[in-house]
Amino acid sequence: MGRYVIRRLLQMIPVFIGSTFLIFFMVYALGDPVAALFGDKAPDPATAARIRKDLYLDQPLWKQYLHYMGQIFQGDFGTAFNGQKVTELMASAFPVTLRLTIVAIAIEIVVGITLGVISGLKRGKSIDSGVLVLTLVVISVPTFVTGYLLQFVFGVKWGWVRPTVSPDAPFSELILPGIVLALVSLAYVTRLTRTSIAENVKADYVRTAVAKGLPRRRVITRHLLRNSLIPVVTFIGTDIGALMGGAIVTERIFNIHGVGYQLYQGILRNNSPTVVGFVTILVIVFLLANLLVDLLYAVLDPRIRYA
Amino acid sequence: MRGATHAKWAACAAAVALAATACGGGSDSGGGGADGIVSSSWGDPQNPLEPANTNEVQGGKVLDMIFRGLKRYDPETGEAKNFLAEKIETTDSQNFTITLKDGWKFSNDEPVTAQSFVDAWNYGADVTKKQNNSPFFSDIVGYADVHPEKGDPKSKTMSGLVVKDPKTFTVALKEKFSTWPETLGYQAFSPLPKAFFTDHDAWLKKPVGNGPYTVDSYTKGTGMKLRKWDAYTGEDKAVNGGVDLKVYTDNNTAYTDLISGNLDLVDDVPAQQLKNVANDLGDRYINQPALIIQTLTFPLYDPQWSKEGMDKVRRGISMAINRDEITKQIFRETRTPAKDWTSPALGDKGGFSATACGEACSFNPTEAKKLIQEAGGLPGGKVSLTSNVDTGSHREWMDAVCNSINNALGEGPVCTVNPIGTFADFRNQQSSFKLTGPFRSGWQADYPLIQNFLEPLYYTGASSNYGKFSNPEFDKLVDAANRESDAAKATGLFKDAEKILAEQMPSIPLWYQNGSAGYGERVSDVKLNQFSVPVYDQIKVS
Repeated sequence: MGRYVIRRLLQMIPVFIGSTFLIFFMVYALGDPVAALFGDKAPDPATAARIRKDLYLDQPLWKQYLHYMGQIFQGDFGTAFNGQKVTELMASAFPVTLRLTIVAIAIEIVVGITLGVISGLKRGKSIDSGVLVLTLVVISVPTFVTGYLLQFVFGVKWGWVRPTVSPDAPFSELILPGIVLALVSLAYVTRLTRTSIAENVKADYVRTAVAKGLPRRRVITRHLLRNSLIPVVTFIGTDIGALMGGAIVTERIFNIHGVGYQLYQGILRNNSPTVVGFVTILVIVFLLANLLVDLLYAVLDPRIRYA
Repeated sequence: MRGATHAKWAACAAAVALAATACGGGSDSGGGGADGIVSSSWGDPQNPLEPANTNEVQGGKVLDMIFRGLKRYDPETGEAKNFLAEKIETTDSQNFTITLKDGWKFSNDEPVTAQSFVDAWNYGADVTKKQNNSPFFSDIVGYADVHPEKGDPKSKTMSGLVVKDPKTFTVALKEKFSTWPETLGYQAFSPLPKAFFTDHDAWLKKPVGNGPYTVDSYTKGTGMKLRKWDAYTGEDKAVNGGVDLKVYTDNNTAYTDLISGNLDLVDDVPAQQLKNVANDLGDRYINQPALIIQTLTFPLYDPQWSKEGMDKVRRGISMAINRDEITKQIFRETRTPAKDWTSPALGDKGGFSATACGEACSFNPTEAKKLIQEAGGLPGGKVSLTSNVDTGSHREWMDAVCNSINNALGEGPVCTVNPIGTFADFRNQQSSFKLTGPFRSGWQADYPLIQNFLEPLYYTGASSNYGKFSNPEFDKLVDAANRESDAAKATGLFKDAEKILAEQMPSIPLWYQNGSAGYGERVSDVKLNQFSVPVYDQIKVS
């Protein structure tokens, strides 16, 4: 088991290098960022040349990449154009987005799995159809619509919550944005759970458990649900990475200064250190989440072994 | 218990992930800020906050609160009035003697002296400091020594700046420039305290100036708290207790906070909300012209646009654009159809003219078609408009302009839009002269002078002359105007130069951009200056 984890961690190194390489080159392909620093005015050639030299932009691309990777291994992710260290930006942005992600994932797990179990057990009944229709509606409405709508109804019209999130972004203020962020994935979690439960409910081990006379509650939670969760856990695992990177829309609507906001600003200003640095971290988050999922498989299904 | 071991490993990995979230942080007080404090929307400044490095509105907003310069533009009229300057004297429009008023201090108690200005200007011009606004010092003798085009500077100081005594310094310019003193209200010319040079990093974290406000705290990317400086001696003392600037990810969100009472002031009402604004805010909505003009510039470096007779085509295209309709439909009257190449915010005295463009700027499809056909049609039979489309409804108005041109010419879809994803990419293509069709150029003036609307954009070889327009007659008139010491006469000469633009049409004036702002019920006396920045020190809080 320990060996398995170590091997997986070592496998992350080439993936990490490969992905930073791709991101670096793609951001570079967006063009020279220096001209935009001067607004509508013409860049002063001498000043622009100095800035390019400082940012290493006057070097060939492969040298820039080596320089950048050299910096990263020393824990230096470069400097954003407003003079702020990218590591500082990360220190302020990642905790906020991680909190938002935790709220969203928690909602997905609790609400999504509960709805999925109910509708999976009552397959074909009216409650099942109701959940299916509901999730279909949720999937088909884009995030920015639900976001602005819920913000307007709960924040402006009824005044139950603050429509925007303060800079500290405590958990209490992140519930509404968390719901908005969770909604689409929640529908998938519900549907995945439902299908999985509906399939396994007829499985031999469930029949055995029922025949042994175990209470219904125990049959469902310990035997049926645990084995049915594997596809759901896989989905939620990949979703952690997707939610963190994809929170751009939600973060904009609720004024959350997280990863999505920094990425958006970075792309808008062609700020390559910010974009590459943040995406690099997101890649790591993605890889770790996947490792976590693979480890959870064995917890859920003892038949799964690691070699 | 095999399952248990797995669970342990999984739990460990989860713990690592959670550790990163660490502390939650305290909560922010709700509502629109404490007593006497105005809360206002803000955008993250693009560059570090230094006077000579700030060239956009968001950073400029702060500098306007914490700095006062030799001159200051009257927020109502735009007139450049002496502020820290007791007098600025010259006999030849080239050598100036500047005398400072008594009693001015920085908020760290250091007196503002002639040296504070000279040091700041030398710093701003120094190429090794990489200040975006360096070219503003390029008129001063010795600029080339501190800001060479290549290599390291020969000197740290410009020989044209000489400190005579703590209250007096002299400035020698390379050429005659009669309206030069009027440019000194621009923030790049602010004085800097010694702390700026001795501990630069600390200064950037918490800037110290000589204006009516001091910086209480500054969290980059999040916000800045400014407080009234009680020992401020200027006549424009702040009437409120301070200003909290909050960075918003999106101006729609700021507007939402305004109408739900969490914010006092937004200085950029988003286009999507304009239909609600009367309902939501009533007369607490401001919409007035600013010193900003949007134009379509022709790439005159491309022979197909500059050859003999093409001026007719350029005028024709201008006449095919229905400005009234577009400003009404797309911008909901937050743009004003342009009538010249300057801005109404200059005022008639400052050189604005509602007739300079004349016929050529009014919608006349039949005349447009006739002019273009007379000149042999569009080059290659078509025209393509270019702009970045990431902000500012650029895509929408370009589509509308093309529709307008296509309808006027009646030859099918001859006008197309060439959208560019990001501002940076657009700027690269524009400044490397790669565009082959008319492109958007926005111009926000640095100071309310007609000179600033004409010279940098249309003078031969000027810094922002992206179309490479060149006309000896125009250059001659601009030179004459800069030599002319009588302000009214100088403005007249600039207006004569503008007539050449009307004939040649190197760029089509589209519309003037208005400043728009909305404010809540707690505050009153909200005004915008010519740069569409709120005059914060005048805002009253009830």
